[in-house]
Amino acid sequence: MAAKAKSAMDIVKLARAADRLHLRDYMALIADDFTELHGDRLVKDDRGLIGGFASIGGVKCLVLGHNKGSTLEENLESNFGMANPDGYRKAMRLMSLAEKFHVPVVTFVDTPGAYPGREAEERGQAEAIAKSLEFSAALKTPILVVITGEGGSGGALAIAVGDRILMLENAIYSVISPEGCAGILWRDGAKAAEAAEALKVTAPDLDALGVIDGIVPEGKTREETAANVKKAIVATLKHLSSIPVADLVARRYAKFRAM
Amino acid sequence: MAWFELQEKKTKIPGAKALWTVCGRCRKYVPNAEWKKNSSVCPECGYHGRISARERIALLADEGTFEELFADVGYSDHLNFHDASGAYVDKVEAARKKTGEGESVITGKAAMEGIGVVLGAMDFAFMGGSLGTGTGEKITRAAELALAERRPFILACASGGARMQEGIRSLMQMVKTSAAIGRLKEAGIPYVSILTDPTTGGVSASYAMLGDINIAEPKVLIGFAGRRVIENTIHQKLPDDFQTAEYLLEHGFVDRIVPRNEMKSFIVKMLNYFGF
Repeated sequence: MAAKAKSAMDIVKLARAADRLHLRDYMALIADDFTELHGDRLVKDDRGLIGGFASIGGVKCLVLGHNKGSTLEENLESNFGMANPDGYRKAMRLMSLAEKFHVPVVTFVDTPGAYPGREAEERGQAEAIAKSLEFSAALKTPILVVITGEGGSGGALAIAVGDRILMLENAIYSVISPEGCAGILWRDGAKAAEAAEALKVTAPDLDALGVIDGIVPEGKTREETAANVKKAIVATLKHLSSIPVADLVARRYAKFRAM
Repeated sequence: MAWFELQEKKTKIPGAKALWTVCGRCRKYVPNAEWKKNSSVCPECGYHGRISARERIALLADEGTFEELFADVGYSDHLNFHDASGAYVDKVEAARKKTGEGESVITGKAAMEGIGVVLGAMDFAFMGGSLGTGTGEKITRAAELALAERRPFILACASGGARMQEGIRSLMQMVKTSAAIGRLKEAGIPYVSILTDPTTGGVSASYAMLGDINIAEPKVLIGFAGRRVIENTIHQKLPDDFQTAEYLLEHGFVDRIVPRNEMKSFIVKMLNYFGF
């Protein structure tokens, strides 16, 4: 008997599940090495968004990602993967390094959104995201985006500008959380399931809208899923690295220009 | 708010609306003619009332020089979006009727004290100035025109953020516009962002904050996340001046706060410094 088709809200729940693979799990399962580097050289080292150089299947790259964490301790340290402006500024600093040394970038997107806090506003959350978009749109090295869990609005978008955008089968990507949208347009946060349906947040929906380039299937085990992600990263980075960088940047502009 | 102010707010004077404007802050009754003459700035308290995109352009462009472009670019209902109160198409068509505009931004060429510029202004009355695909497309075309003709790009922002009825593609407008503005900057062409009431969400987190010069009108609301969302997250009351233009100036995110009636001369002065 065929399984009942999952609703958009079922997928939202899967994307947010506590036992889903998070950045550190991926690094442990697919990277031969991950060397984290810290700090934005301005204010602090944000823990919601982390980055470092890695070797994945023998391919050297810069890994950036939201650090949602898998234990309560990690969740709290990283604000559940909600980055502060310092996180986005750290990401830009590390991307500059990648550009300087011709290393491709892979981003792992998994956040409810940018952190809504007093200090985040004081240190320019809006400016940090805006600058990230402008900056990564023109970065002279390949960028591969993998949306692994929750692609929550501007906080996700800040590290989701790339040459290829892949999405896991049960990941979501949205302009606003279904609950937030329901609260505003339905005037009832409990109508999130309807909002999720209307917003079209699942990988097949976004593929049909031409916003992503491919869907990575999830396996029966964590290892199988991680292996699929690894295979996709290695193949995509090899391909992107063969494209002259001027063409790459021009095509990246054209890609978002058409959206 | 004191009880007597509440009383005043509720008082209805028959036919008053036709003759008077009530200031949004100090609640003074200002004769319409005086309100208009003062560019919708309250002569009592200096509150900068919200104005339409056309009024904004009239304040910035030399008389008779504004040539509107890309007016045919409109919204896109690619999600066939419906919510509890009906279809997106109906809402956006109602906004068109109400404002007389096709989208939440108008764009074109103009002169400012004789300097040829590309000029855009957002209209908060059009669905809260939300950033839809049409809005993003017009702003991107305007930036590309500024690049092609090497004209400074001046954009007045007024928006609650992304237009969620257009889903993920409204989010993508943040990238598209920011990338186009990045190209402008690389080519050495000035981009001036004017932040008006309000500039928040996805618009503040894209082109609004990317000006070579970011100028704010006094006391306006500028921020990323909403006050209530933040208060619910951090379980603290925020200061009254949180996310005001003055607060952003203090924290280093706007270059100047400039009153409405000095805005044009300030921009022209900056363009002169930049060699225009």
